[in-house]
Amino acid sequence: MAAHRCNIFMLVFVLCGLTYVFVRADIEDTNHVKDAESVAVDIAPKANIGASLRSTKTEDQTQAAEEERQWEAETNPADAPSDNKADHVHDTMQNLDSRPAPYAKDQTQEAAEEERQWEATEVKEADRVPDTMQTPDVPPLTPAKDQFQEELVIRPLHSGDIYASFQFRTMWDTDFLRGSKVSHYRLFPKSLGQVISKFSVRELHISFTQGYWRTMQWGQPFLPSPPGAELWVWFQDTVTDVDGAWKELTNVLSGIFCASLNFIDSTNTVQPSASFKPLGLGNVTDQRFLRYAVLPREIVCTENLTPWKKLLPCGSKAGLAVLMKSEKLFHSSFHSQALHFRPVCQDWKCKSTVWELRQTLNVVFDLHTSGQGKREWSLFKMFSRTVTEACPLASSSKVYVDVTDNPQGELFELSPTTPLLSQAVVLGDRRTYSVYDLTNQATFGQTRSLNMLLRWRAAESGDMLRPLLHGERYVAGYGLQTGEIHTLMYNNHPYRAFPVLLLDTVPWYLRLYIHTLTVTSKGRDNKPSYIHYQPSKDRLRPHLLEMLVQLPPNSVTEVTMQFERALLKWTEYTPDPNHGFYVGSSVISALVPSVVAMDTNSTRECPLFSSFFPCKEESSYFMRVYTEPLLVNLPTPDFSMPYNVICLTCTVVAVGYGSLYNLLTRTFQVEEPSPGLAKRLANIIRRLRGVPLL
Amino acid sequence: MQAKAGQFFSSGHTNNWAVLVCTSRFWFNYRHVANTLSVYRSVKRLGIPDSHIVLMLADDMACNHRNPKPATVFSHKNMELNVYGDDVEVDYRGYEVTVENFLRVLTGRLPPSTPRSKRLLSDDHSNILIYLTGTSRWNGFLKFQDSEEISNVELADAFEQMWTKRRYNELLFIIDTCQGASMYERFYSPNLMALASSQVGEDSLSHQPDLAIGVHLMDRYTFYLLEFLEDIHPASTANMNDLFKVCPKSQCVSTPGHRTDLFLRDPGNVLITDFFGSVRKVEITMETINLTAPMVFSIEIIIKNYCNQ
Repeated sequence: MAAHRCNIFMLVFVLCGLTYVFVRADIEDTNHVKDAESVAVDIAPKANIGASLRSTKTEDQTQAAEEERQWEAETNPADAPSDNKADHVHDTMQNLDSRPAPYAKDQTQEAAEEERQWEATEVKEADRVPDTMQTPDVPPLTPAKDQFQEELVIRPLHSGDIYASFQFRTMWDTDFLRGSKVSHYRLFPKSLGQVISKFSVRELHISFTQGYWRTMQWGQPFLPSPPGAELWVWFQDTVTDVDGAWKELTNVLSGIFCASLNFIDSTNTVQPSASFKPLGLGNVTDQRFLRYAVLPREIVCTENLTPWKKLLPCGSKAGLAVLMKSEKLFHSSFHSQALHFRPVCQDWKCKSTVWELRQTLNVVFDLHTSGQGKREWSLFKMFSRTVTEACPLASSSKVYVDVTDNPQGELFELSPTTPLLSQAVVLGDRRTYSVYDLTNQATFGQTRSLNMLLRWRAAESGDMLRPLLHGERYVAGYGLQTGEIHTLMYNNHPYRAFPVLLLDTVPWYLRLYIHTLTVTSKGRDNKPSYIHYQPSKDRLRPHLLEMLVQLPPNSVTEVTMQFERALLKWTEYTPDPNHGFYVGSSVISALVPSVVAMDTNSTRECPLFSSFFPCKEESSYFMRVYTEPLLVNLPTPDFSMPYNVICLTCTVVAVGYGSLYNLLTRTFQVEEPSPGLAKRLANIIRRLRGVPLL
Repeated sequence: MQAKAGQFFSSGHTNNWAVLVCTSRFWFNYRHVANTLSVYRSVKRLGIPDSHIVLMLADDMACNHRNPKPATVFSHKNMELNVYGDDVEVDYRGYEVTVENFLRVLTGRLPPSTPRSKRLLSDDHSNILIYLTGTSRWNGFLKFQDSEEISNVELADAFEQMWTKRRYNELLFIIDTCQGASMYERFYSPNLMALASSQVGEDSLSHQPDLAIGVHLMDRYTFYLLEFLEDIHPASTANMNDLFKVCPKSQCVSTPGHRTDLFLRDPGNVLITDFFGSVRKVEITMETINLTAPMVFSIEIIIKNYCNQ
């Protein structure tokens, strides 16, 4: 009995020991997972764009742009040592998003020449890498399957306005497509995940925009979007009925986002043949699985923002999302909220793919309507809130302020100052950002809240880099029968020509005459190298026109088309037909050669065989420009009550009363036919004689 | 105490729904949107969740370019109360607010791809509040977006369809429009109670303009209705007779009317929160319920232990 009791005692002691060991290992495990930053890499879609442009028979890509694969990678910060490095490490940016990597930067060489404004930054992550070495008996760690990052970029514009761009990214390593349903959601929103797995969606891009982006005054946006609502979806190649899935998907999304997306039907859906290639991974480019639709009339208001905010892991309770208050966000010149879902590479080695969900919100605040007129911006003035903490579920939470035009601090003053700086090449331009890391408690200072203040000193601002590609569109003509659509594309590059892909979707009630299509540049005819035109069918399909046009350098290219307006059936008019009918924006997609990012530094050590063509960095970047939507008046009958009442009444009076009056007052008389000539003569003679007539 | 408990269980409904419709378009009809949003706000405050509210707004006033304060809709002048708020979900908006969609929502005959937030998923234990506001120039109809009308006969037939399909337990119908009483004249289904802001031959008037916004903000009847509802809280015992007294002729200029002959219970026994609020009824049981072993085995033991304390 004693031995029996002793054995039990030993067993209990061993169990306790093991429990202690495992608990300790677990704690260290979570510490390591919190510290290590998994790096996400987005593979450039330029490879796909290059392929599509190549397939559409263009020969004008420069050799450098085509031959290099142009994969971008952010190098793993754990690999880069945190000590001083002699050469700069630049982040190359993915074309579509301008999220600069939080990066170690050492500018001790430059500091010698300039005044002391920049400070060396340490790579925080590298300090924590040795932690993994301390516990060798812990089993290898699996990185977190999902992660969330948030950032805000603030960019002062040359017109005095300020541009704020929020990006929230959730990456999740799961398989939406396998037979068994995904049931455990953590950071990824469940409502969206269920939609994606039900309709076998590979890529989903939806945006709601209020206002029009003024490219010539504000420069290029990070993520362009057309006014109204735009939705384009790539389905998986396992979908058999793409149209049915598209219809149901639009209805489900209209319920999720409280928008009238159920108005998307076959009359405004198109299947582009060359534009809108997938932005994520995958080599399926069968355009049968792509659908694109735009609703230019769609309004964006708080009821769309509320469900959009609910998709974020922290909601609007913590992190950068607390700044998003509708009363300030909609009191702006431009407001756009979007959602992008696509598969991306997990890291730069690209051994596995993960699903990425990006929610972006771009807003431009106007200097004059925000009151005071004095050129001074702060987080409180823009959003009527300040940031108090980062989202606890975020692995990185940063605020970037664009200080490229302010290297010495002579243009504006930024407070509170921050030692972190970052450089990035975005949209062909090398920009410098001051970085505030919200996961670091020291950023919030004594007041426990972060309210950045930018106060301008000088009255005038520097020159803005002229946007290289710009588009405009308008309707010409007079009357309500015919008209002409003019699309202008500006190429502001001083010496390089490049091709652009123009996509036009025109509703069926504007009957285009494609034989009148003309493309002229600099006064001369410019024949497009690729045209895809799908004519419309009344009440079934809109017009689809896609063209690959070569834009000569420093020129304006004008595309004109004549059209005729159709007369709709009286039930097809909207309740306010005199407002007009909208035609969606044209989309101009291009790989624009960059002026600034070309590496012309010939002093760098580089073998001769690799330094002939401009290389090393982005020499071209992908850009999409949306033109204005058109507002066209159709011949409209007068629906007003007085007009219809008068018409009806007069008809009733004329037809009804007229026939009634005739019925009541008409009398019938028998009339004899007139007699022949002989009888008339005989009657004359008889009258003379006084005898009764014949 | 017994009487109160008895009253608590006597209405027979287990869930609440609300269908709030604003039928007019254009900026000068700002007040109709403000009317609907103020009822929406009261109903949400008293407990009905967004999933049980079908809100239909025919035009967008909050983000309209004429609105000097975007993303707001005010009900009181000097911009005291923003009824639009920060957490609003509009289910049908803009061109979707049509007579056909309204009747389909009521009768439940919607296309299969309609999302849940756009459906009225009521059953025979639901109390439904229906609020309509808009313009109607003559008696017997209500105009939708200035281009079509719904007549009182259509509405009565829709309610009869709802009754035969057992889609409601009790229904409260409120309408704020000119000659509103004509809209409930033709009802013939049981368990309907109706209120209107004006009698046949009378016009419902708007309350007060705001000089900064430039339009009239609310209609009189709904303004005083909102004031009355602001005093109601989820545990309030105010009943329908108090609601009938809202906005007498001295305040409203028109005479509000009501109709209770089709309603089975006495209006004095009907609580306001039976329709405007969502009071969840919870039944507590003391017996253990055997689900499937072994997962729930331990829970059974816990419940037994708790009950034995």
